[in-house]
Amino acid sequence: MTTEAAAIPGLKARRASFRPWEGNTLPVLVIVLAIVGLWYAAALAMNWRGTADAFERAGEARSAPEIALATMGQERPMLPAPHQIVFELKKTVIDTPTTSRRSLVYHAWVTLSSTLVGFGLGTALGIVLAVLVVHVKTLERSLMPWVISSQTIPILAIAPIIIVVLGSIGVTGLLPKSIISAYLCFFPITIGMVKGLNSPDPMQRDLMRTYSASQAQTLWRLRLPASLPYLFAGLKVAVAISLVGAIVGELPTGAQAGLGARLLAGSYYGQTIQIWAALFGAAILASLLVATVGLVERLVNRSMGARTA
Amino acid sequence: MTAARRASVLTPLVLAGCLYVLMLVHRPGVAGAPGPLFWGLVVALWLASIVALSGLSNLRLKSRPADRLASLAVPILFGAFLFFLWEVIVVGAGVPSVLMPAPSAIARRFAASMPVLRDDFIQTFVKSVLTGYAMGCGAGFVVAILADRVPFLRRGLLPLGNFVSALPVIGIAPIMVMWFGFDWPSKAAVVVVMTFFPMLVNTVAGLTAAGRIERDLMQSYAAGYWTTLLKLRLPVALPFIFNALKINSTLALIGAIVAEFFGTPTVGMGFRISIEVARMSLDMVWAEIALAAIAGSAFYGAVALIERGATFWHPSYRT
Repeated sequence: MTTEAAAIPGLKARRASFRPWEGNTLPVLVIVLAIVGLWYAAALAMNWRGTADAFERAGEARSAPEIALATMGQERPMLPAPHQIVFELKKTVIDTPTTSRRSLVYHAWVTLSSTLVGFGLGTALGIVLAVLVVHVKTLERSLMPWVISSQTIPILAIAPIIIVVLGSIGVTGLLPKSIISAYLCFFPITIGMVKGLNSPDPMQRDLMRTYSASQAQTLWRLRLPASLPYLFAGLKVAVAISLVGAIVGELPTGAQAGLGARLLAGSYYGQTIQIWAALFGAAILASLLVATVGLVERLVNRSMGARTA
Repeated sequence: MTAARRASVLTPLVLAGCLYVLMLVHRPGVAGAPGPLFWGLVVALWLASIVALSGLSNLRLKSRPADRLASLAVPILFGAFLFFLWEVIVVGAGVPSVLMPAPSAIARRFAASMPVLRDDFIQTFVKSVLTGYAMGCGAGFVVAILADRVPFLRRGLLPLGNFVSALPVIGIAPIMVMWFGFDWPSKAAVVVVMTFFPMLVNTVAGLTAAGRIERDLMQSYAAGYWTTLLKLRLPVALPFIFNALKINSTLALIGAIVAEFFGTPTVGMGFRISIEVARMSLDMVWAEIALAAIAGSAFYGAVALIERGATFWHPSYRT
């Protein structure tokens, strides 16, 4: 589950220092290598039975080393070896044209588009809600407790309802999935933004009052700029769970397209390599999305003249 | 004092009006085809409730218990009014129950299918969630202690843990179903993986939270590693650990329910949701969601209560 993890920390460490033995690069690399090693060992152990049985059924007598080698190349292994997943990824990402239904890029794009629409909707909703909550006391006292307690509810459970209800009034395709994403991801943004909008200390607010600034001016000039770090922290969490929402939203529709559909189809037909490839695709997509938000954060900070701590 | 007077006059009026409308809407002649007068009444109630709520939430009460009561009453009344609107609109406008069942219908269905709900609850919550939660949090805690002891491990594991918590971990559900079969062990396995990393990251962060002065004090007492860990560093880490426990309580339920979408025996909350959605009996699905909501909030509330008892010394609980 964690071998793909090397991408982001590794990148960060390379940029940050030229002395890998001092940073986190070496420990991360060692642990990733250990995980890959364990993975191969586990693949050997878990696929042994199936491989040996297959040879027996075919009536071929094989020695132990031959079986060991064959465990790494099963078509439907219990646990595919890492290189099998890499080959599958290469096959479905690079070798297949992106318009084909067999291409992982095609499915990733289906999921990504509803993730992004949902993320946009959720961000807009979250920010508007936070601005309202900060300015209207009634909302703060009546709505906020519900927003918070709504998070103790397994919201993903209502995903099938949203899909089916919207489907029965004729809304299908991208929008229902996006609504699930939006519903999941507005929360961290609202919470972060409320905190951020309230983060300017009383002295700064008093200064705005001595300028006789209106509430709108205080919002634009003081509260919103001060809330940006909180906003981006929320956005990073939100974009990740937005992807989860889109993937889960693809499950109840019988899964025509998308990464969730690949997972479901893979589990129906026992195509383990396909499942793992879809999983890695989702992981790569998630890390790209989070990294993009981080990049936007850096650009915004720079353009606003923020000093790096 | 005007806000208080307005609130104290309007709130009972609005409550009485809502009860009257609720009775009205369930009459055979009204349900499905109420006149414009009825909708006018609902809109008037809506406006009045906004005024009443804003009056209530701007109240400044002298005594502390009364203030607590008011700040509790506002969200409860607000939520109750939302349910009232849901009921009145669905029943009044005659929305088909395939689209959106009324809360009263959901409550009836909930009461009528108690045995099914109990079985689903035991299968999903007691077996999958609690087992997986205990194992995942326990493993995360132990690995965090280990990682804290071995700095090399910590420097390697922490970036990975942070990275994994941004991944759609729930996607491993089909693999776990393949490995551990259709019954609850596969769901518990998903829950273990989902709860492990938040626990690991938070505990490691909590273990570094003890200040230098306190550690120096422990050293001057000639306290060893284990004494320092038990008497100083773990208590200081408790708020972080409980934070992870609270995050995990929600994650665990989500993980178990979604994992059941990938294949289960014929019992379980996720199984029931997906099967009843396919049969278009949405009142049962909503009853199941109500159960999930109750279980989720109760679980979270229980962890929060334990936290209050265990970290009573923390500044955020001192009054």
